[in-house]
Amino acid sequence: MRAHPLAGIIAGAARLISGVNVRWVDSEPDARQTVYFANHTSHLDFVVLWSSLPAEIRARTRPVAAQDYWEKGLRQAVAVNVFQAVLVARRTARQEGQASSGDPKQAIEQMLDAMGSDNSLILFPEGTRGTGEEVAAFKSGLYYLCQRRPGLRLVPGYLNNLNRILPKGEFLPVPFISRLTFGPALTLAPDEPKPAFLTRAREALCRLRSI
Amino acid sequence: MKNLDSQLVWAFAGVLGLLALSSLIGVVLKAVIRKPEAQGTISNLNARIGAWWIMSAIFALTLVIGPIGSLVLFGLMSLLALREYVTLLPTRRADHRTLFWAFFIFTPLQYFLIGIQWYGMFAILIPVFAFLFVPARLAIAGDTEAFLERASTIQWGLMICVYCLSYTPALLMLQIPGYGRPAKLMLYLVLVDQLSDVMQYVWGKMLGRHKIAPVVSPNKTWEGFVGGVLSATAIGTALWWMTPFTPAVAAAVSLAITLMGFAGGLTMSAIKRDRGVKDYGTLIKGHGGILDRMDSMCFAAPIFFHIVRYFYVR
Repeated sequence: MRAHPLAGIIAGAARLISGVNVRWVDSEPDARQTVYFANHTSHLDFVVLWSSLPAEIRARTRPVAAQDYWEKGLRQAVAVNVFQAVLVARRTARQEGQASSGDPKQAIEQMLDAMGSDNSLILFPEGTRGTGEEVAAFKSGLYYLCQRRPGLRLVPGYLNNLNRILPKGEFLPVPFISRLTFGPALTLAPDEPKPAFLTRAREALCRLRSI
Repeated sequence: MKNLDSQLVWAFAGVLGLLALSSLIGVVLKAVIRKPEAQGTISNLNARIGAWWIMSAIFALTLVIGPIGSLVLFGLMSLLALREYVTLLPTRRADHRTLFWAFFIFTPLQYFLIGIQWYGMFAILIPVFAFLFVPARLAIAGDTEAFLERASTIQWGLMICVYCLSYTPALLMLQIPGYGRPAKLMLYLVLVDQLSDVMQYVWGKMLGRHKIAPVVSPNKTWEGFVGGVLSATAIGTALWWMTPFTPAVAAAVSLAITLMGFAGGLTMSAIKRDRGVKDYGTLIKGHGGILDRMDSMCFAAPIFFHIVRYFYVR
């Protein structure tokens, strides 16, 4: 994978607008294949997380984003060409129960495919944007991904204040200083049950909130 | 170089000499003092001096560019200061669009009014129009939780970070008979105010024993306060030649600047302590955020402006 010529400019602009203060707590940037997972409160989340990674890691890190939002026009052009986003179908409340569009198994296959042997991913395991007060329960995708790739590194990153910059339902941003805190990597233990793992991953993320 | 005159050049040369002297002192202190407990203070001092070089260069450059340069600089500082301020305070989801107005309508408009020299509107845009607009817009947004606190928080932020700070470049609007370019007046205010901060820090570090307000600002001491106010007033008096003042008036005006600056530092510290933080931001190495550096200016600039306007502009 090669960085898009606009990538550096977009990353700089994202850091400027979000005023993001990046901290690695008991953790440091690592070029090994990693799934970065974060809380989700704003459309800016993945751009800010992506731009906060060192350039050489950023060039091989692809965000996983919802197809229904990102497949439109200019958005798609940016998402696919600059960020090399992995667009997956998600099940909306309306579709829940109809197995048709958002097949989770297919999404996992897409992500594995996008990772190849050395690409990293940015994932929001809550599945949808929250209000910023609580981190919702994680969807199972993170678990299935780890199950298929034993030993896969997961690095939690907690995003503060992005919901204040561009909350759900707003289209104009207001400047706040945001903060991104990365924590130590974790991996799925052999024989670890799904609920226990998802709870552990969620707690690893929530712990970074007020460090 | 139409925006330079010989007095401005002398003032710049003085600042350059001062910066060089401080850097020299910083290097000597670092080499001479070996006590491990002093190392933190010395590296912070050197970080501060480094930042002073950059800040002085930016300020001098915008001053030479002319009024547009100063307006853009202070406009950006207002935006950054307001951003630091609102980040620290508990805003709610329903404040979003009101905040958008504060950042992207009222702030640019305030500086635009200075640019077109419309003093009457400059003076009332935020205290009258924004003052009434903010609570009305919040009421339209429909969230009544802590309504008055939220409205006053935004009003206060606009007053301090935008209105008060904009009084510094507003000096460029003043037409003083027989005085030449008011850019010198702006430089004078910034010099006396910022040197007052520096001198209070220096005297406080050297002699500081008795704390003035231990709860609000643990680093402010009586020794630092008295030493800083006296030395900055002395410097302000010695610089009378770049102002429309006589030496005696320059002394009184400098005293007013330093006292207002002290009040500003103390007030803005009280907010930080209430919110449980040490600094407003991390933008300026060694100093903290824009608001940590400009807190004294926010209080000194409006008073200085109105003293000059009342007594010297007719």
